Amino acid sequence: MIATQLLYVGCGILLLILGLWSFLVHPPLLRKLIAINVMGAGVFHILVAIAYRGIDTPPDPVPHALVLTGIVVAVSATALALAFGQRLDRDDDR
Amino acid sequence: MIDSLVLAILAPLLGAVAVTLLPSQAPRLGLAAAVLAAAAGLSVTAGVWTNGVLRSELGGWGVPLAIALQADGLSAALLGMSSLVALSVSLYAVGYFKPSADGEPTADDATARHFWPLWLLLWSALNALFLAGDLFNLYVTLELLGLSAAALGALTGSREAVEANLRYLLVGLLGSLIYLLGVALIYTAYGVLDIGLLAEIVTPGPVAATAMALMLGGLMLKAALFPLHFWLPPAHANAPAPVSAALSALVVKAAFYLVLRLWLDLFGPITPLSAANLLGVLGAAAILWGSWRALRAERLKLLAAYSTVAQMGYLFIGFPLIAAAAPGPARDNLIAAVVLLALTHGFAKAGLFLAAGMVKKTAGHDRIDDLGGAAQALPAATFTIGLAGVALIGLPPSGTFVAKWIMLEQSLIMGHWWWVPVIMLGTLLAIGYVFRVLSRAFNREPTPYRFVSDARAEVPALLLGALAAGVLGLAAQPLWTLLLHGVIG
Repeated sequence: MIATQLLYVGCGILLLILGLWSFLVHPPLLRKLIAINVMGAGVFHILVAIAYRGIDTPPDPVPHALVLTGIVVAVSATALALAFGQRLDRDDDR
Repeated sequence: MIDSLVLAILAPLLGAVAVTLLPSQAPRLGLAAAVLAAAAGLSVTAGVWTNGVLRSELGGWGVPLAIALQADGLSAALLGMSSLVALSVSLYAVGYFKPSADGEPTADDATARHFWPLWLLLWSALNALFLAGDLFNLYVTLELLGLSAAALGALTGSREAVEANLRYLLVGLLGSLIYLLGVALIYTAYGVLDIGLLAEIVTPGPVAATAMALMLGGLMLKAALFPLHFWLPPAHANAPAPVSAALSALVVKAAFYLVLRLWLDLFGPITPLSAANLLGVLGAAAILWGSWRALRAERLKLLAAYSTVAQMGYLFIGFPLIAAAAPGPARDNLIAAVVLLALTHGFAKAGLFLAAGMVKKTAGHDRIDDLGGAAQALPAATFTIGLAGVALIGLPPSGTFVAKWIMLEQSLIMGHWWWVPVIMLGTLLAIGYVFRVLSRAFNREPTPYRFVSDARAEVPALLLGALAAGVLGLAAQPLWTLLLHGVIG
């Protein structure tokens, strides 16, 4: 089952790189935000994959706790960034 | 008896809840929470001073399961500095966000209402960061700090402020995700996150090297090390004065503290010298570029922000010197010098930003070339800028003088002479930008007879400046004693 784990880690790294690339090259705020969330998903993917300890053993809870906290942080940061973006948009309309 | 470590985090946190529930009493409640939080922070420093390393495991769970809080000499020193600076900033903020005289609600009132909860949250995150004992809690506190700092920086709601802080937020997020990736790597390889446990089992190799590159890279973004400093000047220059002071003196210092902590506890012994040299070269570039831009800045707050970029550079020059020094008194002195530099800069930059805020409020702008009259009308604020300048330049008896002296001495002793011209040139440029501001204060209008114009706002700034310029240099010895608990000796 080590192959499955590698597949998941590999996907995580791929997501991370895609997100990073998109974050760096696309100026619009919304694209940057989505990119950083894709990056975050990549990191969480990796963390979930390393929690796997074989089919008979329960997964390691510590990385799961990290992912949960990470998701909360990502949601709040996205909300704050969207609020900033909305403020800038409203200024443009005036 | 509540643990002082817990209280240092809990006091500002509960204060933040209280000011959110009772916004009409925000300044009074906020100030009470600030006094309590500063007392708790200083009592931790005193506790480490008398009893050595303090540790507390929340909920009674043992390592590696518990959330462990730990204070050694390094965290105690920074905690003491941040407690004093944060208390002064709180005192200043009460005067700065004063409600308008006629009782009409103004835009300032809304800013003031939002200031207190965010500020106390930031303080709580900062204390938690200094006291966190494992890599993941450091990630969480780093994020809390970044979020509250970005929200605080955008308080004025002006377009420049929102844009600058949006960029700061996104850069901060990128930095912490990269850091988190490093943490994931460490956990995969070693299965623990507690720094103390990790220090015993971490071994040189590709995994540790990659993890270090990721974690330090993420933190360098947050510590605004050249060339990753681009977000700092606009974000710090456009925030309200008390916020600028906190951001420049404390928040970037927190990221630097993490770099130093990881370096000394985990990665230092297993890192090749070239990595330390890279940090030093970037630091040298930061000194030259930041000082140059400060010299050319048109606005006082932008000057102060670029000066932060430069001063962070000095801290990073410490790494190649620390890495090259053999263990012993020389290395201990270098570590203490770097910490002393960070503390002095914290006091000096906070004092400078608070004084700049006074000048800006009186003049209605902060264009350096037109500041003459305003600076002259505020002797105490101008004197504060002078004191902070003494510390930024590194004139005796400031802490910067002692620290730079040790760094110069060691670079010469070890034959690493190339750091000497960099430090010298940075000092010369600092003289230039400090005197550019001060010279404007001596050319117009009769100087008023009052030294202090608004005691509540000026006295905290003045005390911070005096601490940076006088006290830290003359009384630097206690820092060595404090650092003996943990990082040196």
